[in-house]
Amino acid sequence: MLGLAHESTVIALNTHSPVRRNALLNAARLSALGLLTPHWVQAQFRVEVSGVGLTQHPFSAIVFRSSAGVPEDIAAIVRADLERSGQFLHVSLPHGAWDESSQPDLTPWRSRGVDVVVVGSVNPMAGGRWDVRYRLWDVLGNKSLGGVSYPVSTQDLRAAAHRIADDIFQKMTGVPGVFSTRIAYTTRSGGRHHLWLADADGQNPKSVLSSTEPIISPNWSADGARLAYVSFEAKKPIVYTHEVATGVRRLASNQRGSNSAPAWSPDGGRLLVTLTLTGSSQIYEINPQGGTPKRLTQSNGIDTEGVYSADGRTIYFVSDRGGSPQIYKMDANGGAAQRVTFQGGYNISPAPSPDGKWLAYVSRLGGGAYRVHVMDLQSGSVAAVSDTSDDENPSFSANSRMLVYGTKFQGRESLMTTTVDGRVKTRLITAPGEVREPHWGPLLR
Amino acid sequence: MRFSATLRSFTQHSAARLSVLTAALLLAACGSSVDLNPQAAAPVDDRTSGAAGANAGAASGSNLSSSAIGGANQSSKDDAAYNALIKVVYFDFDSAQVRSEFNSGLEAKAKYLQADRTRRVKLEGHTDERGGSEYNLALGQQRAEAVRRSLAVLGVSEAQMEAVSYGKEKLASTGADETAHAANRRAELSR
Repeated sequence: MLGLAHESTVIALNTHSPVRRNALLNAARLSALGLLTPHWVQAQFRVEVSGVGLTQHPFSAIVFRSSAGVPEDIAAIVRADLERSGQFLHVSLPHGAWDESSQPDLTPWRSRGVDVVVVGSVNPMAGGRWDVRYRLWDVLGNKSLGGVSYPVSTQDLRAAAHRIADDIFQKMTGVPGVFSTRIAYTTRSGGRHHLWLADADGQNPKSVLSSTEPIISPNWSADGARLAYVSFEAKKPIVYTHEVATGVRRLASNQRGSNSAPAWSPDGGRLLVTLTLTGSSQIYEINPQGGTPKRLTQSNGIDTEGVYSADGRTIYFVSDRGGSPQIYKMDANGGAAQRVTFQGGYNISPAPSPDGKWLAYVSRLGGGAYRVHVMDLQSGSVAAVSDTSDDENPSFSANSRMLVYGTKFQGRESLMTTTVDGRVKTRLITAPGEVREPHWGPLLR
Repeated sequence: MRFSATLRSFTQHSAARLSVLTAALLLAACGSSVDLNPQAAAPVDDRTSGAAGANAGAASGSNLSSSAIGGANQSSKDDAAYNALIKVVYFDFDSAQVRSEFNSGLEAKAKYLQADRTRRVKLEGHTDERGGSEYNLALGQQRAEAVRRSLAVLGVSEAQMEAVSYGKEKLASTGADETAHAANRRAELSR
């Protein structure tokens, strides 16, 4: 590993061809089900790296030796994944036509301080499938760190690239990569509202729900099997759950008044929701299958955005009981609350990290800017991780190394990922309309 | 409730079609990886690729109408008079206090609602676009509840009213200036 200082760079990467994908699937049928990849997906995405003093693993992803007609650039996807993590720095050098079976001369990479080199190939198999192979070379040790073959269908070429990036991330950092995880988010455009599930790089979005009324606050269950969200389709906010694999939807909370802010318990057995049964917004625990809501907060003002810590023992939430919205915590069964945020007069949308070390939230600054902040829960120290003005809804990646959040870019709502230290950011989606309400899903095993 | 029944039948139908499709996609995506170098220093576990991206469920086209509530046997003349009553109450910045200028409008509304207990009113709170969606939902709820309390004091039965919030999800004005913000800080009285 090297400590490297570098300047801001912007890398634009062309992504896949949707035409080829469509030809392989029954386009009309998928379109009717809302599964067809929309036309805007082929847009470029960008990795914006800024800041100095980062400690990163220098690596090289060699262009995979590919047969003609491979619709994805595997090396480019691997490279973008690793760069977006903020823990890898790509180094480009001239190279030969290598693949996973070559014994490359690593001398030039060694002299440039590169840690690992990825080489590989993509070859056609019977039935229109592809054999994606790679090998990772330890440059200093001049030895192979192993190779893997992923036989995949055309629509899973990107998934194979994300698996390769996950493998490399795990080997180099000892922490699982999150490149194969997915992000839930919503869009509104021309009077239509959609709930989407997309890959962690923003690509490959699938419409989960389409409505003429707003959809907000999607929340993944810890096992990734279910989503909870708020839909206004019945002209009031109602909480639904949704099985990701089957699309089966269930009413979770339709109490008199408003039903909102769903958050799963880590074991998936309970949901926190905000209900207004007493005439003010209060946090309740419910069984998503039904039953009487159990009230957890007791105030006359606003208590909302309840969310469990990863160990399930603590609930972080927002309350205006002190005169302004601040983040508090309490026992998972309710009871006395302890204030967590003290800087500023508006702190909302708490998001504890899966490893229990951090709490991300949105803080309004003196000038009226809403910005994602991260608190070190051990020391209580707080740092802003963005320099934008309209941030919303931060949520952590499963490995606690990155965050996704909504913000405004050129007047439009869009999604960003950032490293926890705020140094490496990626703008994820180039969809028409307003893109918002992201929630990062768990690792799928 | 009629709405739930509609939703359930829609969901089941959609799910049946989907499970067939999902199974097909999963089958297509399955395939195990092969370790190219089992004796390597750091061997890679055998694992399955794909699948993760292929099984997103979809239940699109949800387009359900609201549970229709409203007076049953009203003459069209009465409806016209009722429809002319107050529909929006506006609020100051960071406030859920009903301003006195709306008192007479709410009194007239309350009179109609008292005279006909079959009439229902939905009170929808709204905020301007600044801040988080969920916190704004709670702020909008406070505005809806303030109007609900005003009407209750004027004799309207709680059974005739439901206070809900849209937060910042349905802006009346999309501008970013104070005029737009003021137009958005409101409670709508709908049937």
